Amino acid sequence: MNLQRYIEEFPEPERYELYEGPRYHFELTRREFVQVLGTGVLISVAAPAAFAQRSSDRGSAPLAERLHIAADGTITVLTGKVEVGQGSRTQITQAAAEELRVPVDRIRLVMADSAVVPDDGGTAGSRTTPSTVPTVRKACAAARQLLLDTAAKKFQLDAQSLEVRDGQVQGLGGDRTFGYASLVAGEHEGVLQREAPPGVAVIAVSEWRVLGTSTPRIGSREIVTGAHQYPSDITRPGMLHGVVLRPPSYTAELEAVDLDPARAIENVIAVRDGDFVGFAAPTSFTAAQARDAAALTARWNTGSHPSSDELYDHLRSHASDRRSRRDEKGSPEEALDSAHRTLRETYHIAYIQHAPMEPRAAVAEWNDGDLTVWTGTQQPSRVRDDLARTFRIPSERVRLIVPDTGGGFGGKHSGEAAVEAARLAREAGKPVSVKWSREEEFTWAYFRPAGVIDLAGALDTEGRLTAWEHVNFNSGASAIATPYDVPNIRTEYKPCDQPLRSGSYRALASTANAFARECFMDELAHAARIDPLEFRLRHLTHERVRGVLLAAAERFAWKSAWKRQNTPRRVGVGLGCGTEKGSYVATCAEVQVDPDAGTYRVVKACTAFECGAVQNPANLKAQVEGSVIQGLGAVLEEEIHFRDGRILNPRFSQYRVPRFRDVPELETVLLDRKDLPSVGGSETPIIAIAPAIANALFNAVQARIRSLPLRDDRYRAV
Amino acid sequence: MTATLEFTLNGKARQVEADPRRNLLEVLREDLGLTGAKYGCGEGQCRSCMVLLDGRPIQSCLTRIDAVAGHRVETIEGLVDGERLHPVQRAFIEAGAMQCGYCVPGMILNTVALLRENDSPTRAEIIEALDGNLCRCCGYGNILRAVELAAKSGKEAATR
Repeated sequence: MNLQRYIEEFPEPERYELYEGPRYHFELTRREFVQVLGTGVLISVAAPAAFAQRSSDRGSAPLAERLHIAADGTITVLTGKVEVGQGSRTQITQAAAEELRVPVDRIRLVMADSAVVPDDGGTAGSRTTPSTVPTVRKACAAARQLLLDTAAKKFQLDAQSLEVRDGQVQGLGGDRTFGYASLVAGEHEGVLQREAPPGVAVIAVSEWRVLGTSTPRIGSREIVTGAHQYPSDITRPGMLHGVVLRPPSYTAELEAVDLDPARAIENVIAVRDGDFVGFAAPTSFTAAQARDAAALTARWNTGSHPSSDELYDHLRSHASDRRSRRDEKGSPEEALDSAHRTLRETYHIAYIQHAPMEPRAAVAEWNDGDLTVWTGTQQPSRVRDDLARTFRIPSERVRLIVPDTGGGFGGKHSGEAAVEAARLAREAGKPVSVKWSREEEFTWAYFRPAGVIDLAGALDTEGRLTAWEHVNFNSGASAIATPYDVPNIRTEYKPCDQPLRSGSYRALASTANAFARECFMDELAHAARIDPLEFRLRHLTHERVRGVLLAAAERFAWKSAWKRQNTPRRVGVGLGCGTEKGSYVATCAEVQVDPDAGTYRVVKACTAFECGAVQNPANLKAQVEGSVIQGLGAVLEEEIHFRDGRILNPRFSQYRVPRFRDVPELETVLLDRKDLPSVGGSETPIIAIAPAIANALFNAVQARIRSLPLRDDRYRAV
Repeated sequence: MTATLEFTLNGKARQVEADPRRNLLEVLREDLGLTGAKYGCGEGQCRSCMVLLDGRPIQSCLTRIDAVAGHRVETIEGLVDGERLHPVQRAFIEAGAMQCGYCVPGMILNTVALLRENDSPTRAEIIEALDGNLCRCCGYGNILRAVELAAKSGKEAATR
C-alpha cells in the first residue's frame, strides 16, 4: 500500500506512522537463481489468480476475490488483514458466518497471503472492525443473495418462497433444501464470479446470531498443542538459518570487514552488499559463529549521538515549527493571562518498546526469480512493495504470507527481517530463515516516541475551566484535542528531530496526551477544591465520554472510595478517561503506598469501555484487560535508556514488562451500544490506566509525578 | 565439533548429532522439528522456551544440549494423548487464555509441572509459580482463570 492510499484510508493519519523506503540498497547483478528444492504452490484456495491483489473496491469487485465455495462445501473467505493476537481472525470469521448463515467452523479464513487475498490495507489504527468487517459482511451478504437467486432460477421457484438457513437455501417450511456447494457447481459455476448485486442488506444487529457472541478464538487447538506455525516456526526444505552483523551503534558505518574467517567455517554462506553483512548456515549456532568471527575483523566509523539523560532538552531544542500542527479556539492566551488562577506544568514521556513476545522473523525462498516470504508484519502490502523495490522485481513476483503472528501492538509495521532473509536466500540459493534476537528487536526495531508536553489551564472564581493549552513535542497529535468543554483552547503538536527511530504503538500518542491531560485535569480540580469526578462532569457534555466515566465510577463506587481514602492508610484512588479512534474509555484505580520505602503498588483497576455494538464480548474483555495491563507497564518501569548510540537496556532482564505479580484486581465493564456502529477495541483501553494511577498516587500522598514511567526520587513502583 | 547425544523426548528414546554447545531450544526447533517451544529472550527471562526436564520446568534457551543427555525431556507436542488434549490444554481453550498465543506452550508446561506438585494451588501459589512466564499481550487474567480451571479438573491434571 502506498502512502497516498494510507492517508486515504486513515482520515487522520498518525503522524508517527513509519513510512521509510527500503533500508538496504543492494548492488544487483543478473544471476541465475538456483532452483529451490521441494517448493510447490501452496495455494489451496481456488480463487482465480487473475483476481488476486486487486484492490478491494468496497463492494464492486467480483465476489470470488473475497470468498470461494468448494465442491465439498468448504467456504473460504479471504482478507488482507493479519492476526497478531487482537482477534481479527475470529471476528472476520464471525462476520462471514453471520451473513452466510453458517456455523463458524464452516468458514476457512485465509489471511494475508498476497497470492490470493485482496488488499485490505494494513492492520492498524483499529480499522479492522469499522472497515474490513463491514466489507466482508457486504460481500457475504451479496453471496447469500446470489445463492438464493440461483436456487430460485435453477428450480424455477419464487425467490420470495426461499430462505437461507444453516448453510442451505431452503423452501419456506423446509420442504426443499439446496446446499451451497450444489448451487455453485456445474452450469452455475460462475455464480460467484459475478459482481455483488447492489442494495443487499447486511443482517441487522438485532438479528445477529454469531456476531455479538463470545465465539472462542479460532486456532486455539493449534496454539495449545504447539502445532501453530508462527513466522519464526516456518520451516522449508533445505532451509538455512541466517543472522546479520549489526553495527555497534546507531551512528556506526562499516569501513571494512573480512569475511574469510566466517567463510572458513563449514557450510557458511557470507555476504556483504553495501551496508548489509549477513551469514547463513545449517544451524543458528553456526551462523552466529560466522557472524562473531567476522565481527572481530570489522572496523566501524562512529559519530556522536544524544543520550537519554538529555532527551527532553534535546527534543525541546530540536522542535520543528515549520511542520507543526496547530489548532485554536477563542482567545486562549488572553484567557490564560487574565484568569483568576492559572496553572502551567510540563509532563515527560519516555521512549518505550512494544516488545512483542515473538521478535521479527521471516523465511524467504526464491524460485525461478519469484520470491516467497513468510513474515510477521502488520503491513503486508507495504512489505511486499519494499521487497519488490529492494530486489527490483515486479510486485507480482513477490508472494508475501503472514502467518498468525506472535504480537504486534503497532510495532511490526516494517519488514526488515523479510528483506534480510530474502537477500541471504538469494545468495544461498536455498530458503533462509532470519529470526531477530531480543536484543536486535530492542535495538533495531522502532519505539513509541518520547515526548514533552506543556500544559496550561485557567480557572475562574467558580472553579470553571476557562482556557486550555496543550503543546506536544515529538510524541504525536492523537487525542491532543480535549474532550472537555472549554471556551478557549490552543493545541499544538511540534515534530522534533529525535534520536531514536519511532513508529506506531497501541493507541500511539494518545497514551501520552491522555496521560498528561487527565493528570492535569486532576491538578486543576485539586486547585479548585472539587472532587475530580465532579470537576470532569461539570466540563463534559460529550455523551459517550460521560457514559464510560459514569459507568467506571459507579462500578468502582467512586464516591465512597474517594471519601474512604485517607492519608494515614496511604491508599489513594484516581481516575482518567478519554476517547480515541471512535471508542471511549474510563479507568478508576486504587494504589497502596508505603511512604517509608518510597514505593507504591496498584491494587485495583476498574475500566469501562464502549466501542459501539460489541461483536465478540469475551475477546473484547480480554483486549481491554490486556490493554490495561500493557498500559500499566508504561507506568511501572518501561523506559528505553541509551547513550553513545547504544540501547543500554535491550533485554527483558533490563527492561521490565508487566508480569503476573503486577496484575491488580481487574474489573471491566463493557457498554454494548447496539444502536451504534461497531469500532475497534484493542487500542483505546490502554490510555486511561496511567493517569488513573498517577492521580491515585497523588491522592494518597500528595506527590505529583509528571512523567511516564511514574517514578521520581520520592516514589517508585514495587 | 559434534557429539552423539541420547535422551528421552516425549517418552521416546532419541539420538541427535549436535555440537554439544548448542542449546536445547535450538536443537528441538532446528534439528528435531519441534517448534512448540519458542524463543523470546535467550536469557531465561521470559519462559517462552519452557520445557520439562525430568518433570521440572526449565528454560531450554539456557540449557546446553549435552546437559540433557540421559535425561527425560517433555515438550508441548508430547502433551496430547492421541487426539485427546491434556486437561491443562483444555482449560486454556475454555478460559480463552490466549491472544497471540506465543507464550502459551511455556505457560501450559509450567502449569502442568505445578499441578503435578500441587493439585490445588491457591491463587498466590499460581502467581508465584508462573510469575516469570511473560505474556506481552498481558492476558494474565484469563491465564490465571485457566490454571484455576485446570486445577479443578483434579486428579487428571495432576497425574498426566
